[in-house]
Amino acid sequence: MKDEVDTREDRVANLKGMGCSRKRVEDARFTQGKGNYVDDIKLDGMLFGDFVRSPYAHARIKSIDTAAALEVPGVLAVLTAADLEPLGLHWMPTLAGDKQMVLADGKVLFQGQEVAFVVAEDRYAAADGIELVEVEYEELPVIVNPFEALKSDVVLREDLMGEGGSLPDGAHGPRKHHNHIFTWDAGDKEPTEEVIANADVVATESMYYHRTHPCPLETCGCVASMDKVNGKLTLWGTFQAPHAIRTVVSLISGIEEHNIRVVSPDIGGGFGNKVGAYPGYVCSVVASIVTGKPVKWIEDRMDNLMTTAFARDYHMTGKISATKEGKITGLHCHVTADHGGFDACADPTKFPAGFMNICTGSYDIPTAYLEVDGVYTNKAPGGVSYRCSFRVTEAVYFIERMIEVLAIKLDMDAAELRRINFIKKEQFPYQAALGWEYDSGDYHTAWDKALKTVDYDGLRAEQAQRVEDFKAGKTRKLMGIGLSFFTEIVGAGPVKNCDILGLGMFDSCEIRIHPTGSAIARLGTISQGQGHATTFAQILASEIGLPADSITIEEGDTDTAPYGLGTYGSRSTPVAGAATAMAGRKIRAKAQMIAAYLLEVHDNDVEFDVDRFVVKGAPEKFKTMKEIAFAAYNQAIPGIEPGLEAVSYYDPPNMTYPFGAYVCVMDIDVDTGVPEIRRFYALDDCGTRINPMIIEGQVHGGLTEALAVALGQEIAYDDMGNCKTGTLMDFFLPTAWEVPNYETDYTVTPSPHHPIGAKGVGESPHVGGVPCFSNAVQDAFRPFGNTHTNMPHDHWRIWKTANELGLHG
Amino acid sequence: MSNKMHIKLNVNGKEEEFLAEPRELLIYTLRERLNITGPHIGCETSHCGACTVTIDGKSVKSCTMFAAQADGKSITTIEGLGGPDNLHPLQEAFKEHHGLQCGYCTPGMITRATKLLEENPNPTEEEIRFGMAGNICRCTGYQNIVKSIQAAAVEMNASKEAAE
Amino acid sequence: MIPAAFEYYRPQDMAGVLAILEEHGDDARVMAGGHSLIPMMKLRMAEVPHLIDLQDVGGLSDITVEASRIVIGAMVTQADIIDSAELTAAAPILREAALQIADPQVRYMGTVGGNVANGDPGNDMPGLMQCLDATFTLVGSDGERDVPARDFYEAAYMTARDDEEVLTAVSIPLPSGGYAYEKQKRKIGDYATAAASVQITQSGGTCTSAAIAMTNLSDTPIFSEAAGAALVGTALDDAAIKSSVAAMLNDIDPTEDNRGPIAFKKHVAGVILRRAIERAWSRA
Ligand SMILES: Cc1cc2nc3c(=O)[nH]c(=O)nc-3n(C[C@H](O)[C@H](O)[C@H](O)COP(=O)(O)OP(=O)(O)OC[C@H]3O[C@@H](n4cnc5c(N)ncnc54)[C@H](O)[C@@H]3O)c2cc1C
Ligand code: FES
Ligand code: FES
Repeated sequence: MKDEVDTREDRVANLKGMGCSRKRVEDARFTQGKGNYVDDIKLDGMLFGDFVRSPYAHARIKSIDTAAALEVPGVLAVLTAADLEPLGLHWMPTLAGDKQMVLADGKVLFQGQEVAFVVAEDRYAAADGIELVEVEYEELPVIVNPFEALKSDVVLREDLMGEGGSLPDGAHGPRKHHNHIFTWDAGDKEPTEEVIANADVVATESMYYHRTHPCPLETCGCVASMDKVNGKLTLWGTFQAPHAIRTVVSLISGIEEHNIRVVSPDIGGGFGNKVGAYPGYVCSVVASIVTGKPVKWIEDRMDNLMTTAFARDYHMTGKISATKEGKITGLHCHVTADHGGFDACADPTKFPAGFMNICTGSYDIPTAYLEVDGVYTNKAPGGVSYRCSFRVTEAVYFIERMIEVLAIKLDMDAAELRRINFIKKEQFPYQAALGWEYDSGDYHTAWDKALKTVDYDGLRAEQAQRVEDFKAGKTRKLMGIGLSFFTEIVGAGPVKNCDILGLGMFDSCEIRIHPTGSAIARLGTISQGQGHATTFAQILASEIGLPADSITIEEGDTDTAPYGLGTYGSRSTPVAGAATAMAGRKIRAKAQMIAAYLLEVHDNDVEFDVDRFVVKGAPEKFKTMKEIAFAAYNQAIPGIEPGLEAVSYYDPPNMTYPFGAYVCVMDIDVDTGVPEIRRFYALDDCGTRINPMIIEGQVHGGLTEALAVALGQEIAYDDMGNCKTGTLMDFFLPTAWEVPNYETDYTVTPSPHHPIGAKGVGESPHVGGVPCFSNAVQDAFRPFGNTHTNMPHDHWRIWKTANELGLHG
Repeated sequence: MSNKMHIKLNVNGKEEEFLAEPRELLIYTLRERLNITGPHIGCETSHCGACTVTIDGKSVKSCTMFAAQADGKSITTIEGLGGPDNLHPLQEAFKEHHGLQCGYCTPGMITRATKLLEENPNPTEEEIRFGMAGNICRCTGYQNIVKSIQAAAVEMNASKEAAE
Repeated sequence: MIPAAFEYYRPQDMAGVLAILEEHGDDARVMAGGHSLIPMMKLRMAEVPHLIDLQDVGGLSDITVEASRIVIGAMVTQADIIDSAELTAAAPILREAALQIADPQVRYMGTVGGNVANGDPGNDMPGLMQCLDATFTLVGSDGERDVPARDFYEAAYMTARDDEEVLTAVSIPLPSGGYAYEKQKRKIGDYATAAASVQITQSGGTCTSAAIAMTNLSDTPIFSEAAGAALVGTALDDAAIKSSVAAMLNDIDPTEDNRGPIAFKKHVAGVILRRAIERAWSRA
């Protein structure tokens, strides 16, 4: 038998299990143009829907006249709020416990808001119809600044006012003002204030983490098809959480959940943009019910940037206190969060500011307090986690800036300040002041490795020389060294504290082994480029001893996949990956009994070895998993049911806490404000590494999105609430030309509570990258008196910093 | 509505004839009329390159060309570069070097790269980055795309030499 | 993003083009590469009921280098410019500038004629052509006329070209001396934050002529005669460059946009021009 001549190493290699850089199984179709994205779907008689959108940021709607539009050949229907109202669908619940207009109900609250939905035989007729819908608006005062909103008499959300102008509680408790949404806090207020009041040193800083957008290359869209004969609704779409969408559609439409099938086909990137539910989905479903035909709705890029799912928009004020030696004693953070016209943040219900309370970062800070105020303004709704776990980019940016600001105050090296405050290896599991229990970490080792690799001392010496040269007029370029050490919190999450709209945030895997020793596994998650079909098969291969190449992974079809909460916040590996391992272990447990029976020994006398069970102490006696699979189906084994299947629903006991150490070296042209990234080193510790090739790819991608956000990418509004960055000319997506080569590195500190020790990596580079790029810019100006300037550091803002520091002579 | 036009295209070696409104954009002709869904739509404003095809030897963003303008021309899309049994070296290289993640930019990226390598069979990293700057990728950070193109260049040059 | 419906024409000669223009007046427009026009039509910011595609009109795609001048047909693309060794030998600034326009795909389609006729202050070729003292040849039903690039631009999207005229060629006196096209932009595919074209000659270390034009710093390209004059007769010392920059700053009138406020643009314009002058001088 071939098996007998294969060495153990050969057998391990043959599995292509965890730890190897298995090539991706998805790539064959993608490289041949045979992906199947939602806009590729074409059904018989399919109609197209598109929106009439508001040109104003705040206006009352006096009238809508659809007559001329209905005259356009090919236009079949124009839906308005009045049409949806009888169905109770003119408003819909948001993920944050608020509600949002599906179509403008009497007023609009942001530019681009959906006003009417034109349904036509083709996209040309729909476009012509949109031009002819006449809407009469009465402009209202526009508020684009949350601080002004909290002072203004103008009521943005009249629907939330009580009798006689009273202010009923919102979804997250009492509201302070009619444009206020919630106050949420964590930690100990008075003790923190006391520590700070009595500290040796206190650094204070206000910073604005600007509004931006995930902007995946594929926009959002769907195809809704109501089969009236069978009473079944099928909804294909760009959904990062298909099961949650099914539940939400069922709840708001009244269609029973078993009659709804939601399918996420291939998704062209998500980054948080595709978590929420959008008016386009609801309108497509209604239009399909009304017309009896399939209806497709696909956003264009301007719709996407202006209306679906912004990220960040956090105004943060921090105070950090320390001893003279630099030991941090307390941290205070206040956030004014601009949520736009509706609160549509995609956060777990109990966390209206996401996991912002990870803002003590990687440091042992004994006392801390965080308070967040959510505010309505005339901007688009959203507040999604753009390539990060809920608000973690904001938290990490905050603490990594505060550390730098403190270092300046203490006149200390920022790398050293970090080192003396890191949580020590022996302190894990570590209870942080704002509530989280960090699972594992070895920050000092990672930091030392990073600084040594980049020759940190050498860089600082070079920088000092550069400052001399600059002052002597020999150069006009400054050099910045950006540091960041981040701790992510991913894998939401334990059902005891994580749910969205009451849906627990567990995830799932169902495995079916075929008699010939191949398998199919279905999960509640959905890949948007992360390569799940590749990596989940690797986890299983290692767990059940069948080659990854013989395992199909299927996700995204709610009729076949087990329930799960989807893919975002780097939760797939920590949660669904764990479910996969656990389901695999159930398979293995049954296989062990079968093997023991076949080998005629007691269950406890066989042990698992790579791809087989062997008799303990007699490795020549074994049954391969392939043989066991065949026997499971085809041999009557007393006391054991036929078949080899397992399901696991995994409710994680805790989050996982990946971390990393990044260093960026940048040259800055003081006269033009143009930055040049000379070097970027990224060390990631994501626990057990399932596929190093894919990890590296995720790091490159996350860093590039971080570069974009730090150096120019923003959603900006003028005072009238006009979005100024609605196309890719102004919304900064770097090309290959603007992006450097990255150096990647790693350490491995497995998660102690995760079945395979994996922590998740997709979002770490973004979370750690943004402060690293930003710190590099800021560090270049530190010798000239800079403490903090806001992102995005585009040319003119860098120039402005130089100008304000008097560097233009 | 305006008069429909009679349009003739050669797409991936196949003659196609149809009547279309002049305002029909080539990307929709390919995707919706001819069911050639490899080229994608990422921006519609000629910035992202997801819709890139080759027309009479030029890399073109097909969202910014009317089908009427392409009347009489030869078009190659990702589907015309290679199939399951005869992958183009670039298709192989992107798979081998993890040059894609969500795959949405990939057809445009590879189609553009064929032209780049035709014009410059031995590009430096800098030349690749400059020559691919009309194609945006949101997932990969480009590093592995550059690597894939370099690898394909080596492979293509080797097989050209072997053939000579 | 679907444009309004239109009629499409693809005439085989200029007479055919002019006949349609005459018939439909304002309602007709010519299209070259379409890479400025089509995006505007898709956003419904330009409505063109009658669209005349110039691609089949003969005689518009030649590059001719003569003894004292260069003639570039209106339909010559930016890619053609980059690829033409003859042109690069005769006027290397053209290639240097073309490489800084848009991206490879756009450069295959975007034409010289479209770029200079468009009238968008963001286009790079108009300033370049002013620097080179080019002449645009326009043809209409009344015949042909020549307009100097330096007199062509009136305001954003307003030029000396009548609606019924077609631009057929750009003639450039053979340039000599040093050159530079310097452009600052936010990324590839972006229009200029500021750009400068400079062409300089010298004799024995003294500047004998200098032409300077700036892009995207006013609602038209700016040919700054004073900025050039400030250099002539000097040894291009720091003081001369300073006064050239000061003269240029007098002539431009930038507006605030997403690239930055006016003060920033002026400052960058000065820096960019200085660099362009220094580079051109080093090549003179
Ligand atoms: C993503 C992107 C980035 C770009 N970046 C830059 C850049 O950095 N710098 C830059 O300069 N340009 C840039 N462009 C514009 C590009 O170079 C255009 O292609 C060019 O400006 C117009 O050329 P065209 O042949 O496409 O003209 P068209 O779009 O066909 O026409 C433009 C206008 O000129 C008129 N026109 C065209 N030809 C003639 C003629 N022969 N006679 C009379 N009128 C005529 C048309 O009627 C129309 O009004 C960019 C374009 C895109 C899509
Ligand atoms: S869709 Fe054509 S360039 Fe983006
Ligand atoms: S692989 Fe997703 S956009 Fe390139």
